Parts: sequence; structure tokens; C-alpha cells
Amino acid sequence: MASKQVLGTALGIGGLLVALVAAVQAQTTPAQQPSAHTTSKPQSGAQQAGQSSNDGERIFAQNCSRCHNAPEGFSPRISGTVVRHMRVRAQLSQRDAEELLRFFNP
Amino acid sequence: MILATLCVVRYSAAQDTPLLSGGVGFFTSTPGGSTSYSPTIEPLLAAPIGNHFLVESRAVLSESFSPIGGGQPGYDHSHFIALTYLQGDYIATPHLTVVGGSFLTPFGTYNERLSPIWIGNFQDGPLITGLGAMGTGTGLGGELRGSAISRRKYSIDYVGYFSTRSGNEQFNSERSAGGRVSLYLPEIRLEVGASYGRLLQGTQENFYGTHVWWEPKGTAFRLRSEFAKGQHADGYWIEADYRTQAFGGLDSWIGRIEPVFRMQQTFRLDNIASDTLPAVNTQRADFGLDYNLPHNTRILTSYSRRFSSAGNENIWETGIVYRFLFPAWKGK
Repeated sequence: MASKQVLGTALGIGGLLVALVAAVQAQTTPAQQPSAHTTSKPQSGAQQAGQSSNDGERIFAQNCSRCHNAPEGFSPRISGTVVRHMRVRAQLSQRDAEELLRFFNP
Repeated sequence: MILATLCVVRYSAAQDTPLLSGGVGFFTSTPGGSTSYSPTIEPLLAAPIGNHFLVESRAVLSESFSPIGGGQPGYDHSHFIALTYLQGDYIATPHLTVVGGSFLTPFGTYNERLSPIWIGNFQDGPLITGLGAMGTGTGLGGELRGSAISRRKYSIDYVGYFSTRSGNEQFNSERSAGGRVSLYLPEIRLEVGASYGRLLQGTQENFYGTHVWWEPKGTAFRLRSEFAKGQHADGYWIEADYRTQAFGGLDSWIGRIEPVFRMQQTFRLDNIASDTLPAVNTQRADFGLDYNLPHNTRILTSYSRRFSSAGNENIWETGIVYRFLFPAWKGK
């Protein structure tokens, strides 16, 4: 197969992928958030707590799971270390790092 | 010695126990019909000290079994053990982190973000990885990095570095300087960035790079791309991966399937090959199918076709990677 044919095929597949995503996106439910902590989140009616948790989830999705899959839970004893490592590696702001730590330790 | 030093440090917060993370993998690669096997361990240690310091290091331990070739039966093997980086981070202000030691060269996105074996969608890195990496992909010196601005609608992060020349076996580096700036728009999940690097020894070459990442909101589709230009070669790669949520979410057996595609091209600008890019213009298409097993395990498979005037080649690769993450020792 000539290289131009492969390039064309490759670009075609790429285009199909984008179209597929667009189609799925149109009918999909909100993205499933990976489980990044060992314990389930407490059921709280506090608006502020809910907001904070949402922020942490958002920050996790925007900064961590963009690069890699979330671990299926880890010891709470290393949650601060994980966040500090991510703060340096993903260049998180201080506020985002704090929200992420709250998300890991609700 | 560093580990021993860290052992005597008392950690005030229970959440700040040092961690061990990384990947364990077994890979096979069959370029042109000749299969090699490579078990690999890539551990990472991260140890916070006090409220502002972090010491982190990554290493690679790998054994490679390759056919002897030349009509002879059997396999030859070699091993490789090296520190990938060893750095100390000081979080100086909300917007500035000072890094010292041996660090990954911050050029483009692959080296810093996607090079761990448990993260990469493909076993092989892009062909242009060598551009801007300053030889070894690590620098020995210092970095200033951080989040310049972080708002709900946009954020800007930066990193600048200077590296000295080192011939040390574990901390081999070239004298260079450079940096990267990225703009991220969270609402549309779009990141664009630019990188620059200058080799400050020998021919003093410049390297320029750009990257675009896009993850449409509400989907598990990711599009990543990079372009890099050096003095003697340039090239690009575009990678897309997707997991469907339409059939029971990402944790269903269908949702765990991850088709991956990458297209890349390199262009040789002259005959001076001072980088790791192919000596002739090359095109490569990678078709992968990964499966995300439970318990942080991934199966990676791919077929690649490589075209160049030096000859075309099929490359089949498979691998299984387990990602581990646990406290380095028992804490309080």
C-alpha cells in the first residue's frame, strides 16, 4: 500500500472517530467520574460541601484524568502526597490543590 | 542514602506519608518479524518534607530479550537500570515552585506527562520525542514552574529551566535552557501551548514546539497532538483515544475497551543527524486497541506501519501494565 493511501486512510479513520464522538456526545449522559478515593463520599445536604466536592471532581477531571486513568482507590495516608506531586507535575494552583485534597478526603 | 535521610524525617500530617507508585509491565515488540520481550519496572518515589518540600524520583529497571539474528537460534539479553529523574521541589508561593536536581526536560507534553509506562497508550513514544529533549530527556539544574493564572474559564501555566552539562552516568545532561507556556480553557477542555529550548553547547541549536490537547466535555475522547521543529528535522504526531460510556459506563466491559490511533510524520531538513529522529523522512500510522482491566491493569496492543525511503516496516506490539500506588511505609 502506498504511503499516501495510508495517510488518507489514517486521516479518514481520525475523521470517523471525531464524528463518532460527536454522535455519542449528543446522546450521552454526563461523564462518569473515576473513583479516586477509598471511601464513598458522605451524603451531605450542605450546599457548601457539595460545591466543594463538585469543584474537586472538576479539578480532578480537568487536571489528572486528562493524562491518565484514575487509580481505583488509594490509602488516605498518601492523599496529601498525591496532591503535592500533582501540584508540581500538573502545575495546579494552590486553590485547586486544596480542592483536590478535599475531594480525596471528603 | 536519600531514602535513609527521609526515613528519619517525622511527618506531621497523616496524609503526607511518602508514596511508591509506578508501573510494572511486560512488553513484546515485533518490528519486521523479529520479536523482542521486555519486562520492565518503573517505580516512582514521592516524599514530602514539611509543608513546602517534595522529593521525587523515578527509575527504570528493564531486561530485554532479543533474537541473536544472523541465522543463529536463541536470544540475547541485556538489562538497563537507571534513574529517570531525581528532583527536589520547593513550593515557594501559590504561583511558583522551584525545582532543583535532575528533572524531565519540559518541552512539549510527552516527556513530562505521557512517558510513564502505565500512562502511555502506545508502547513506543512518538518519533519526535527527541526534539527539544536535549539528548537524554532530562536536565540537571533548576526549574521555575507553576500556575500563573487559574480562573474558572481559563488558566495559564508555565515552566522555565536551565540545565548544565553533565557526563555523570545517572545524571547525564546537556547544557541547555528553555521553557513552556500552556493556556487551558476548562469549559471546552482545550489546551494549547508552546515550547522553546536552546542547546547551549556545541552548535547551539534552537527547538520550537507547539501542542494542542482537546477532550470534549462529557466524553472519554481525547485528542492530543504535538509539533516540534529542530535545526535539522521537524515533525508532528496526532493521537486520539476513545472509551464509550453508552453501554453501562466506563467500567462496563465495553467501556473498558479503548481504541487508539496515532499518526506521525518526521521530515529531515538536512543530512546532519544530531537528534534521534529517523535519518530519512518517515511516516508512521499506529492502530491500537487497549483494554483497561480492573485493578489498575491495562493491556496494550498495536499494529504500526512505518514508511520511509529506507524501507517499509510492520511493527506489532503487545503489553500488559499494572499501575501500583501505595504508602512507602506504614504511617500513623
